[in-house]
Amino acid sequence: MDDSKRTVVIGPAVPVRGHDIDTDRIIPARFLRCVVFDGLGAHAFEDDRAQTAAKGQPHPFDDPRFARGRILFANRNFGCGSSREHAPQAIMRWGKGIQAIVGESFAEIFFGNCLALGIPCAVADEAGVRALMARAEAEPAAEFRLDLAAGTISTGDLVVPVTIPEGPRSQLLAGTWDSTGELLAGRDAIAQTAASLPYFSTFA
Amino acid sequence: MGQTLYDKVFERHTVRRLPSGQYQVLMGLHLIHEVTSPQAFSMLRQRGLSVLHPERTFATVDHIVPTHRQTRPLADALAEEMLVELEKNVAEHGIRFFAPTGGEQGIVHVIGPEQGLTQPGMTICCGDSHTSTHGAFGAIAFGIGTSQVRDVLATQCLALDRLKVRRIEVTGRLRPGVYAKDVALAIIAELGVQGGVGYAYEYAGEVFDRFSMEERMTVCNMSIEGGARCGYVNPDQTTYAYLQGRPYAPKGSAWDRAVAWWDSMRSDADAHYDDVVTLRGEDIEPVVTWGITPAQSTPIGAPLPRPEQFEAEERALIDEAYQYMQLRPGAPILGTKIDVAFIGSCTNGRVSDFEEVVRHIQGRGLKVAPHVKALIVPGSQAVRNELVRRGYDDVFREAGFEFREAGCSMCLAMNPDKLEGAQLCASSSNRNFKGRQGSPTGRTLLMSPVMVAAAAIAGEVADARQVFHIPQEAR
Repeated sequence: MDDSKRTVVIGPAVPVRGHDIDTDRIIPARFLRCVVFDGLGAHAFEDDRAQTAAKGQPHPFDDPRFARGRILFANRNFGCGSSREHAPQAIMRWGKGIQAIVGESFAEIFFGNCLALGIPCAVADEAGVRALMARAEAEPAAEFRLDLAAGTISTGDLVVPVTIPEGPRSQLLAGTWDSTGELLAGRDAIAQTAASLPYFSTFA
Repeated sequence: MGQTLYDKVFERHTVRRLPSGQYQVLMGLHLIHEVTSPQAFSMLRQRGLSVLHPERTFATVDHIVPTHRQTRPLADALAEEMLVELEKNVAEHGIRFFAPTGGEQGIVHVIGPEQGLTQPGMTICCGDSHTSTHGAFGAIAFGIGTSQVRDVLATQCLALDRLKVRRIEVTGRLRPGVYAKDVALAIIAELGVQGGVGYAYEYAGEVFDRFSMEERMTVCNMSIEGGARCGYVNPDQTTYAYLQGRPYAPKGSAWDRAVAWWDSMRSDADAHYDDVVTLRGEDIEPVVTWGITPAQSTPIGAPLPRPEQFEAEERALIDEAYQYMQLRPGAPILGTKIDVAFIGSCTNGRVSDFEEVVRHIQGRGLKVAPHVKALIVPGSQAVRNELVRRGYDDVFREAGFEFREAGCSMCLAMNPDKLEGAQLCASSSNRNFKGRQGSPTGRTLLMSPVMVAAAAIAGEVADARQVFHIPQEAR
């Protein structure tokens, strides 16, 4: 299980500025007509990319400086909207593959979907995110190091504290974020709980 | 100190504490559809697992179905592939499928209640964020991602954190021409799009006591737009009256035992809440969104807010919204020309939504403005059949609306119903996100079905109370 452990994520960053960036913007609904997730990476932020390109300023996902990005920087309430896992699936398949997100806050379901895929969503305060984004934009080649055990993201002299709720953090550190096995282990207890609920036997 | 319904349901369904500190929670009902389940079944297959409780799993097809003609194979090859995949999966695992040919197909959040599958005191999940709808019955119901769909298929369980509970009371009465949708939008405007993060919302107060089940569903549906994972209303006689006689509702003496259990799951009078918010029903106006999140809304008669009214950190989003929507701060939203009108979706695609519109347009010779494309899309085949039985289809057609087949349609445009270019759509759906309705530059104004109908007829954003001469004395 060692390859499941998520202790540190190291790599260049890609900053995506803006509050309340919703799942429909991360992957527009017309690309959800699929039975596998494989092709989603190419369409991540597709409409936002087209719209910013039209204004002559490339979206970070189109900016060659950030093409090697492994860590996504975001502002507040990132990933709000749909429960579709297609959004993190698209992000993790974009470019070299995003392996972690650091933002001011995350929508709850998006956070859970990322966790289920082993993608840490770490929270930094507003000033911290501002500093991280500024550094990534000033030095796009900078390698950032997200250390989940220490609770920091750092590059050079910049060290920003981050938090992840204790449960998800321990799952990422232990490599137990893939929940199916964990849930299956409780098989007997599942049957007991089901038997205790009158509606499972249709109130017979 | 007593317990809330959320506490009781959570505790009764907790299987055990997981090593991570989360809880393993049993799901009473798992609804699946074509968009978020195929990858989950693939993962199941890869791991050699089967579906633990196929009899508690129900499937429908809703997002991708065309609403114009539904003959097979579907014209869109990708949509057909998704439908075939679902058919294959339900057949292989023995899951009941409300197929398009059976007369019971529809939007997952419309048919669950309609079939009596949705019941008080249950835990319900589905790979769709608007699963919060089912909370109207006093169920704890929420949307999940595809990896979690896999977990529920394999184990009937999810790993969850416990939420806090915020009671949202809407007191007094709503004024005529103000609907459940306006209550939902008013709550989101009050608390913000992330105000509900970490919370379950308990909706209460006289307005909810008086609401029908369909009205309660509309508000619970939009809980997720306020950031709450789920929202619920305590079950009462209205709930039981709705459920009695439905295909999957308990019958005979089992019914009486069910009602007794459901009553026992209600929040106690002295229950502890982590937060309480109160809104006055009389203060709620018909609401229209003007921006790109459901919180960016305005009472219909008010001028659009100015960026300087917002905190500095909000400004960028406000500017972005105005730019995208091509609207002007300080201008009235009233009189903004629309191109498309859509009444349907899991928020407002039920019989009562259409009934209320018919009440205002029938026999008045009102017509949809010539430049407006107006769609009536029932939330399920059963809703459609009921509308036809009452002759509403003719009322809509005579007024210039297109009367379509059941499906998600133009709520998120995974089917042929889409906006084109920068068209502006008055929509009864739940999201006004950029590009949501199928065109990357398409624009959405969320409002109640009656307001959508008024906009369709006026050809521009209008106050339904004036268009339909709705008297303003208390109802």
